Amino acid sequence: MFNRRKRLLWCAASAALWGFCASVPARADDAVKIGLILPMTGGQASTGKQIDNAIKLYMQQNGDTVAGKKIEVILKDDAAVPDNTKRLAQELIVNDKVNFIAGFGVTPAALAAAPLATQAKIPEVVMAAGTSIITERSPYIVRTSFTLAQSSTIIGDWVVKNGIKKVATLTSDYAPGNDALTFFKQHFTAGGGEIVEEVKVPLANPDFAPFLQRMKDSKPDAMFVFVPAGQGGNFMKQYAERGLDKSGIKVIGPGDVMDDDLLNNMGDAALGAVTAHLYSAAHPSQMNKDFVAAYKKAFGNRPGFMAVSGYDGIHLIYEALKKTNGATDGDKLIEAMKGMKWESPRGPISIDPETRDIVQNIYIRKVEKVDGELYNVEFATFEAVKDSGKTKK
Amino acid sequence: MASILTNLFDGVAYGMLLFVLACGLAVTLGLMNFVNLAHGAFAMAGGYICAVLVNQSGWPFFAALPLAFVGSAVIGIALERTLYRHLYSRSHLDQVLFSIGLVFMSVAAVDYIMGSSRVFIKLPAALEGQIDLFGVGIGRYRLMIVVICGLLTLALQLILAKTRFGSRLRAAVDDPRAAIGLGINVPQVFAFTFAFGCGLAGLGGALSAEILGLDPYFPLKFMIYFLIVVTVGGSSSITGPFLASLLLGIADVAGKYYVPKLGPFVIYTVMIVILLWRPNGLFGRTAAR
Repeated sequence: MFNRRKRLLWCAASAALWGFCASVPARADDAVKIGLILPMTGGQASTGKQIDNAIKLYMQQNGDTVAGKKIEVILKDDAAVPDNTKRLAQELIVNDKVNFIAGFGVTPAALAAAPLATQAKIPEVVMAAGTSIITERSPYIVRTSFTLAQSSTIIGDWVVKNGIKKVATLTSDYAPGNDALTFFKQHFTAGGGEIVEEVKVPLANPDFAPFLQRMKDSKPDAMFVFVPAGQGGNFMKQYAERGLDKSGIKVIGPGDVMDDDLLNNMGDAALGAVTAHLYSAAHPSQMNKDFVAAYKKAFGNRPGFMAVSGYDGIHLIYEALKKTNGATDGDKLIEAMKGMKWESPRGPISIDPETRDIVQNIYIRKVEKVDGELYNVEFATFEAVKDSGKTKK
Repeated sequence: MASILTNLFDGVAYGMLLFVLACGLAVTLGLMNFVNLAHGAFAMAGGYICAVLVNQSGWPFFAALPLAFVGSAVIGIALERTLYRHLYSRSHLDQVLFSIGLVFMSVAAVDYIMGSSRVFIKLPAALEGQIDLFGVGIGRYRLMIVVICGLLTLALQLILAKTRFGSRLRAAVDDPRAAIGLGINVPQVFAFTFAFGCGLAGLGGALSAEILGLDPYFPLKFMIYFLIVVTVGGSSSITGPFLASLLLGIADVAGKYYVPKLGPFVIYTVMIVILLWRPNGLFGRTAAR
C-alpha cells in the first residue's frame, strides 16, 4: 500500500520535473537575459541607482519584448570592487547564461569583466566607466557613457579661445583625475595657455582648505577641477568659503564635478562654473524634456549623466536585437551595434564602428539659476566628438 | 605673510575639530583602558542627527548642535549599558573585534536608512564666507569651530581638575579597586564619562560635516586620524591630545600647502617621529591598569 503510494508520488514528481525541464529551453529561446553589474552600495552607489532607474524607465516606456524576445534584467551589486565584478560576471555568464553584461560603475570594474566578455563572446555594454583604454581591452566592449578625454580636451580648447590664459589645476590623484589633467593640459598649453599651479589631491581627502589656499595665492584666471562626483559639493562649499568666487577665480573642468545629481545641494557658490560635458538635465530638446519629466515623476529626482548613459545603453541593446531579429550571437550583436546612430536625451549620438566607443556632442555649460534651481545651461556645442585618448596605432 | 597666517588659522581650526572628535576616544582609551574603534560611529550619529534636524525639520543650526551632543550621548549610554560594559574586563583583542564590528554595522545601517551620498547641513548665512582681519582671510565657520572647541577644552580641563566628579574619575582610573573601597560608584562614573565622550564626538561630527564631509563611511575614514591623535598625544590627560591635535592639524595643513606632493604623508611622518622619540606619546605614561 505504502509502496504504491510512494511510487505514485515519484511518478507525479518526475512528470512534473519532465514538464519543467521541457519548458525551460523553450523559455530560454524567447528570453534575452542582461546581466547588469552596478555599484548599488558604497561610495559609487548614486551611479548605480541612476543607471538602474533609467533602465527601469526605458523598459516601462518601451515594453519588455523586442523582436519577439522577452528582456530579462538581472541586477547584481559589485559595490565598485573589481574582484566582485569579476566573480559576478562569471556567475552571470556561466550560471544564468546571460546574453549581455552591462553597467560597470568604475574603470577597474569594466576592465575586470573584459576578459570574460572576450571568452564568452558576449557584448559588454559599459554604461559609466570613463577611461579611454576600456574599449581596447576586448572586441566585445561597447560604451554608451563617455570618456574623460572627450570633455577635458574640449574644455582645454574652449578656455584658451575665451581669454583665459593662466590656469591652476586641482585634480584627485587617481586614474580618471590624471586622465582629465593630461588631456586638459595637452590642449590648453598647445593653444598657448599656461599652467601656473598643479596640485594633485589625495583621493580620500578630508579637507580642501590648504589646497584651495594654494590655488588662491597663485592668482590664476581660472582653476581646472576634477574630483570624484561625491566630493564636488564639499569642494564648492570650501571654494566659496575661502572667497575664491569673489577674487574672480572661475571654476572650469569636465562636467563630472557639476553632476545634476548633486548640483542643487551645492548652493550659490556653484553659480558661474563653466564645464564641458555630454549631458545636462537642462538640455533644450523636446526628447530631453520628456525624459526629465518622466524620470522625475518615477523617481522623484533629476536624472544626471549616468542615468542618460544607462538609458542609451539599454536602447542600444534593444536596437541591436531588433537588427539581428532577436538572434543573440555575440559577434552579430556587436556588428549590429557598430555605427549605430540615434537621438538620445543628450543629443545625437553614435557608436564609432572602429573603436566601439561613443561619439557625441560635448556642450559647454554654465551653472545658472532656472526657476530657483541650479542647472548647467548649455551655451556652446562641439559636435560629434570622438574619444581622442585611444592609443595611437 | 598673510597666507602663512591664514594657513596657521586653518590648521588650528582643523586641529581643534580633530580634538573634539577624538578627545572622547582619549577618555575611553586612556582613562578607561578600553579600545573603542567605534568612536567615529558616534561622531557620525551626531552629524546625521544634526543634518536631519536642520535640513528636514527646519531647526536652526545652533539649536541642533546641542541635540547632536545629547543624541549621541544617549546612544552612547544605551550601548554602554547593554554592550560595552560586558567587555571592560575582556582582552584588547576582544574589544577591538567587538568595536570594529559595531563600526561595520553602523556603516551599513546608515547607508540603508540615509543613503550613501554625502549629506550637507544647511548653514545660516552668517557662517558663510570669510572675514578679512588685517589682510588675513579668516573663514567664519572655522572661526566658530575655534571658539566652540576652545571653550569646550577649557571647560573639560576645569571639570577634570577642579570638580568632585573630576577627582572621582581620576581616582577611578588610577586604582579602581581602591576607589570602590572608598565608596565611589566606579561603573557609574565610567558610564557617565563614556556618554560624555560620545556626546563630544557627536558634536564634533555635526561640526565637521561642513569641512570633512559626512557620509556613511565617516567612522572608517577618520578612525585613523582619531587614533593618531590619541597615540601622539598620550592618553592620560586632556592636554596631551589637545596639543597633539593642534600639532597634527597645523602640520597637515602646512604640509599640504607647502609641499602638496607629499601633503598626505606629512601627518604620518610627524606621528612616526614623535613616537620614535617618545613611545608613550607627547605626554604619555603607561596605561593606568
